[in-house]
Amino acid sequence: MQCNICTKKKATVHLTEIIDGQVTELHLCEECAREKSVQMEQQFGLADLLAGLADFGKQVKDVDKVKLDCPHCGVSYDDFKKFGRLGCSECYPAFRDHLSSLLKKIHGSNLHLGKAPLEFPKPVGPQIETLRDLKAQLQEAVQKEDFEKAAELRDKIRLAEKKEENQP
Amino acid sequence: MNINDLINHTAEWLRGAGPNSNIVMSTRIRLARNLAKVPFPNRAEKKDLLNVVDELNKAIAGNDYFKDSVLLKMNELDSIDKQFLVERHLMSHEHAVSGDGKALIVSGEEVLSVMVNEEDHLRIQVMQSGLTLNESWAIINMLDDSLSKKLQYAYMGNWGYLTACPTNTGTAMRGSVMLHLPALVMTKQINKVLAAIAKLSFASRGFYGEGTQARGNIYQISNQVSLGHSEEDILQNIGGLIRQVIEQEEQARQALFMQNRSMLEDKIFRSLGVLKSAHIISSQETIELLSMVRLGVDLGILNQVDRSHINELFITIQPAHLQKIEGKKLTPAQRDTRRAALIREKLGGV
Repeated sequence: MQCNICTKKKATVHLTEIIDGQVTELHLCEECAREKSVQMEQQFGLADLLAGLADFGKQVKDVDKVKLDCPHCGVSYDDFKKFGRLGCSECYPAFRDHLSSLLKKIHGSNLHLGKAPLEFPKPVGPQIETLRDLKAQLQEAVQKEDFEKAAELRDKIRLAEKKEENQP
Repeated sequence: MNINDLINHTAEWLRGAGPNSNIVMSTRIRLARNLAKVPFPNRAEKKDLLNVVDELNKAIAGNDYFKDSVLLKMNELDSIDKQFLVERHLMSHEHAVSGDGKALIVSGEEVLSVMVNEEDHLRIQVMQSGLTLNESWAIINMLDDSLSKKLQYAYMGNWGYLTACPTNTGTAMRGSVMLHLPALVMTKQINKVLAAIAKLSFASRGFYGEGTQARGNIYQISNQVSLGHSEEDILQNIGGLIRQVIEQEEQARQALFMQNRSMLEDKIFRSLGVLKSAHIISSQETIELLSMVRLGVDLGILNQVDRSHINELFITIQPAHLQKIEGKKLTPAQRDTRRAALIREKLGGV
């Protein structure tokens, strides 16, 4: 097989590109492949790559079209997609569903198996469920027809809404 | 200790000793840590950043690991000082860019350093000479434990340590090994080795931070994945991979030595000759020649040259180091002259 770019040398590198679900295969010689990889490096920064992955995750698991903001630092999920950086530790629970699939794409897993802080104090922010979290979970439970869990979540949501109303 | 004391001594990781030091220059392990609920540096206000520096300073007071350490505030350093710290592998280019609220803590032997408010609140680093993944992990693990008693880290049970960029989430650990691979380069096998490394989800880059074209035949190999495996497993995987690369390099060195001995000896002795005699020399040329001389030392062809001197020169011939040694700003032309003089001094040249 000849190289698709220079059409002279033997193709030894086989590149599969998937753009918008469209699969293209490129067969390149070592030299052209090297040039291509340099071009790719120049085109994409880490933020772009992450944004691409993050977007992809959104299509798969877009529960609703509500704009997601971190309640603690105010960073939106769109900001994260643009810059590739989260705003604070509370962004993690705020964007839980999106990040869960993104982490899996990046690392091949979304479960931490490493160490923990020695005297990890009582659960902090990341464990506190926001109203939005609860609503998303409720939707998921209903879809799965897990009505026992749905009822439990409904009560939690009512309680949380009451609390919110009582706040000045 | 202050920043000027660093110039007069050699960092531990440049000793050229430790396991497999004929090929492995150094091992580095870095942990990213953030404080819970404090905005990450890219979103933080100046007062938040100063607060992080303060908190860390309090947390390390009385900690034995930081006994002889120095805290350097980036806004108090000039551009040569900052470049000097980057050249010594104590901090990243990014950390040198803007100053407010950023700091660096360095221990006496430069084994330990902490970048404060780089991309994450803390980037803790342990760096030692030779292949020392287990030893370095033991040090940084204990240090991290001791800090976690005093600082409330951002951590979630299912996702581990939370970082500004999700590519670091989980263990938030990066283990890197710096390898000198001249024989794989000379026998044109290096690209295949690097391609295999990439396939296994490990990253490789040059010693001086460049992409695939590594100057001085020095490559840094590190893990990419930080979530879904324990720290020990990740390090064991790196170790296994590194041992294979070492074996490949050793085979290539043997083959060169057996099949092209006179060519090899000629290249090595000429390199030493130029380094000992040059009066004007660029850093690019120096680095290529140093690589050949180091190979000569490792193969027992050059017995009178000390490996730690060569390792040290890889660092000290860089622009900011030359200017720190000289104590003033130098033009590129002046640096080429000063560099040649430094090398002759170190290698006993003419």
